[in-house]
Amino acid sequence: MRVISARSLDEALAALRDATAASRVLAGGTDLMVELAAGRTSPDLVVDVGAVPELRGIRPVDDGLWLGAGTTCTELLHSAAVTAHADLLAIAAREVGAAQIQNRATIGGNLGTASPAADLVPVLFALGAQVALRSATGARVLPVEDFVTGYRATARRPDELIEGIVVPPRPARELRAFRKVGTRRAQSIAKLVVALAIAADGGVVTAARIAAGAVADRTVRLTTLERALFEGLPPGGLADAVAASVAADTAPCDDVRSTARYRSTVLARVLVRLLAALPSC
Amino acid sequence: MSACVGSDLGRPDGPAKVSGRAVYVADLAVAGAWHGGAVRSTIAHGRVLRIERKPGFDWRRVVVVGPGDVPGDNVQELLSDDQPILAERVVRHVGEPLLLVAAPDLPTLEAALAALRPIVEPLPAELDFESATRVLHEVSIDKGDPGARFDSPPPGARLFEGTWRTDSQEQLYVEPQGCVAWPADADGTVVVRGSMQCPHYVRKALARCFGIAPERARVVQLTTGGGFGGKEEYPSVVACHAALLARAAGRPVRIVYDRHEDLLVTPKRHPSRVHHRTLVAADGTLLAMDVDVLLDGGAYTTLSPVVLSRACLHASGPYRCEHVAIRGRVVATNHVPSGAFRGFGAPQTCFAIERQMDRIARALDLHPFALRRHNALRLGDATATGQVLHDSVGSLAVLDAVAARTGIDRHRWCAPAMAVPSSNSGRVRGLGMSFFFHGAGFTGSGEELLKGRVAIRLLPDGRAEVAAGSTEIGQGTTTVFTAIAADALGCDPGDVVVAVPDTAAVPDSGPTVASRTCMVVGSVLASACRELAARIGGAAGDFRSRARAWLAAGGDGIVEHVYGSPPGLVWDQATYRGDAYPCYGWAADVAEVEVDLDTLEVDVVRLTTAVDVGKAIQPRLVEGQITGGALQAIGWAQCEVVSSRDGRVQQDRLATCIVPTTKDAPRFDVTIVEQPYAHGPFGAKGVGELPMDGGAPAVLAAIEDALGVPADRVPATPERLLALLEQRERTS
Ligand SMILES: Cc1cc2nc3c(=O)[nH]c(=O)nc-3n(C[C@H](O)[C@H](O)[C@H](O)COP(=O)(O)OP(=O)(O)OC[C@H]3O[C@@H](n4cnc5c(N)ncnc54)[C@H](O)[C@@H]3O)c2cc1C
Repeated sequence: MRVISARSLDEALAALRDATAASRVLAGGTDLMVELAAGRTSPDLVVDVGAVPELRGIRPVDDGLWLGAGTTCTELLHSAAVTAHADLLAIAAREVGAAQIQNRATIGGNLGTASPAADLVPVLFALGAQVALRSATGARVLPVEDFVTGYRATARRPDELIEGIVVPPRPARELRAFRKVGTRRAQSIAKLVVALAIAADGGVVTAARIAAGAVADRTVRLTTLERALFEGLPPGGLADAVAASVAADTAPCDDVRSTARYRSTVLARVLVRLLAALPSC
Repeated sequence: MSACVGSDLGRPDGPAKVSGRAVYVADLAVAGAWHGGAVRSTIAHGRVLRIERKPGFDWRRVVVVGPGDVPGDNVQELLSDDQPILAERVVRHVGEPLLLVAAPDLPTLEAALAALRPIVEPLPAELDFESATRVLHEVSIDKGDPGARFDSPPPGARLFEGTWRTDSQEQLYVEPQGCVAWPADADGTVVVRGSMQCPHYVRKALARCFGIAPERARVVQLTTGGGFGGKEEYPSVVACHAALLARAAGRPVRIVYDRHEDLLVTPKRHPSRVHHRTLVAADGTLLAMDVDVLLDGGAYTTLSPVVLSRACLHASGPYRCEHVAIRGRVVATNHVPSGAFRGFGAPQTCFAIERQMDRIARALDLHPFALRRHNALRLGDATATGQVLHDSVGSLAVLDAVAARTGIDRHRWCAPAMAVPSSNSGRVRGLGMSFFFHGAGFTGSGEELLKGRVAIRLLPDGRAEVAAGSTEIGQGTTTVFTAIAADALGCDPGDVVVAVPDTAAVPDSGPTVASRTCMVVGSVLASACRELAARIGGAAGDFRSRARAWLAAGGDGIVEHVYGSPPGLVWDQATYRGDAYPCYGWAADVAEVEVDLDTLEVDVVRLTTAVDVGKAIQPRLVEGQITGGALQAIGWAQCEVVSSRDGRVQQDRLATCIVPTTKDAPRFDVTIVEQPYAHGPFGAKGVGELPMDGGAPAVLAAIEDALGVPADRVPATPERLLALLEQRERTS
């Protein structure tokens, strides 16, 4: 296993030039080190980007707020810009692990692992975030939903780095909510997690993004429910719309943390409560 | 003179632990030490055909030890001889060790372990203890004539039946198991240093394994990061493994489990099913009890007979009842062996009797507090074994204390079959209580047989050294011994040092278990100190000068005392009649919960507890034991899931082995009650295990109060509560 500690973005990209599918980027290490210790991965190459300055920083850009991939959860929850424009991220970051993990865990790493139970990923779905990827040969931007392609699978090529995330500007009158149900109050991986952002104008829903984690092999959008909010609720009202969406858009399983039954039932209840609290519904 | 007892001396071991200077087994520098590990069974039951060595590994780089290399008996010395040190023909649980390997470094060790593949032919595995038939041990307790009572109940009496279940629980000490062993030295002595509760147990196990006299095995405790019972019997296993490897390698060998291995293979709490039949008069008086206790012992006997004994001795609860029958069985399965865990069987049966009491109260429309108080054992009453309580009975005092703090005696419980609860906030509250006692010290004649010894000896500089086999495992032994010795000697705490438990240098005080260290060992220490103080006299001058003068004059500066049971204690092990314990600690808990109606997450917001400890030698440490133990009980009650698939523990990482964090802890309201025990040091009795007993029934009663569904199984996870609520919807 070759380990390269990059000190700049160029060094990191150069190091990744001949990366293979088995190569790994190391940021905070809170996912990667666990996988290494458990023998679940044996990379040929590890590129440590923890000291790459270009991956840090939160700043306004033309199309919203830029979050460097190396932004930690602690930085997210202390950033005034994040609180103003993407408060859901700060709320979610506070529920990742506990203080020690938050100090190391990065947003790029959360996305890089693309665990179905990740807490920040559904928030990025709900906020309509874009993922900026860069390699030695070029750069591209993908909507976060296209970035996550399956169970712990992403659209990133081995030679690419997640450079940052762009969160679009917050529309007027957008209502947002986040809810994580874990096994305890801290240091807990989600049994289910929900993030939603709904824009309404005069009681009419103009945009809705509702995402859930730990209820399928990847983070999912609850498109059936979103459509119902646009097009009008079914005769049974909100509860029916939620139930239909949970049935159509999720595929929870039984595992060591919870049961499929619990996940689907509680996801529906949490959604109904969050949406009932939104004045537009 | 009583300056230290009742004060707060702090923790002499604290600064080193907090600053990271404390030397745990993984930190101990040992020149030339190799690393040891085990090849283990991956299936629950099977016939061992052979162990394949994958080609390509250079076996000269490592040493391998098999069952045939055990110089003494291939038996893990404990209550029964059924557990081999290394399995030879049959494996009986996942993780059972088959071969041992030592290597100069960890990567080589891992490569060697990976190159050894046991070929095991599977046999049918028994994984459901409720249908298991092989009985490891049985216990019967009989009082009065319950059969006749049940057959012809007095008019107005009602019969209640209930079945209560508890799942397993992981001790989750912070520091995993580990030790270092050295090959026999010139005079044939095998040395082991490690993380443990009971050095003298380890010594005995090594003697059996090597076929040597106990004196030829020397066991030294290192700083130990918690035990909770998990380091009572299991360190003997690690020590035998390391010592066998050291012998084969001709050099020291260290074994330190990583968390994964520790969670997979070490013993955990016995799962239980307890069935109660209770005959109750209309006014709530308990007329007769019939209790059936079943425990899952796992693959080997380990300490199960004693756990079962304690479970049964607490099965009828802290209640008076003239006619009692208790039948207990612990059965063998192909699970990892169950073992010692704080409470030692009592939390399981305490859960059952306390929930049974709630059930009775509701059916009779009596208040659960009033029902408990009405039936509570008082001074002069006799327990299920016929033990008459002469002394130190804080039963009513603890009940009244929690009532005063919480108003639980006026709380209106919801009916079990009430409509689906609802609230605007989406949260509902509930209150529940429990009342419990815990026998302190070894059961029955255990202390008599054990004859725990303690020495106090003057050092040349005039300080007094406590020499005991009792270990500091984070619970405060060092502080408590210092306080007791200082007051009994009439010196400053700075004049007392506590020797490192080293079997070559301290007498056998008995194991650090069973809430006995303060009460039993502490009482021996106090009497030895008083004799020494009398010897050197109370003349003028500070303690150290007087001690030096005594030594200079040729005085004997060593006093060793042996425990003697208080006069009048009688126990018949054959019939389970008599004085089961020298005395009991008493306690009552009130849990207040908030349940989220969407997610069924249970928040224990407040836990009020009153505990009769006889005398709090160090009140802050006592409070620490109480809140820590109660939190462990709360975790077991609702979030600590331990399950297995095909006999393999599924919670094999800290990410999945969930215990409460500080954020999950309730507000604690602790009242310490002191009803002194005449034979304890300064009146003290045991407190270590008691707080583990009452949390689960109180929390589950509170959940039942909040949701109106019967909570009859520990842990009451949100998933289980959802299933209960759905079941109720279907049937109503
Ligand atoms: C105790 C504990 C508790 C946890 N609790 C939570 C929790 O509550 N919620 C939650 O969502 N997660 C949790 N996690 C998981 C983890 O902390 C998060 O997923 C975290 O965001 C990962 O970030 P990292 O920087 O540590 O990633 P790393 O481990 O460094 O990397 C993770 C993955 O992303 C890739 N990667 C990282 N950065 C880049 C980049 N710039 N470009 C390309 N690929 C990259 C890596 O190659 C790797 O595959 C927990 C982990 C631990 C150990």
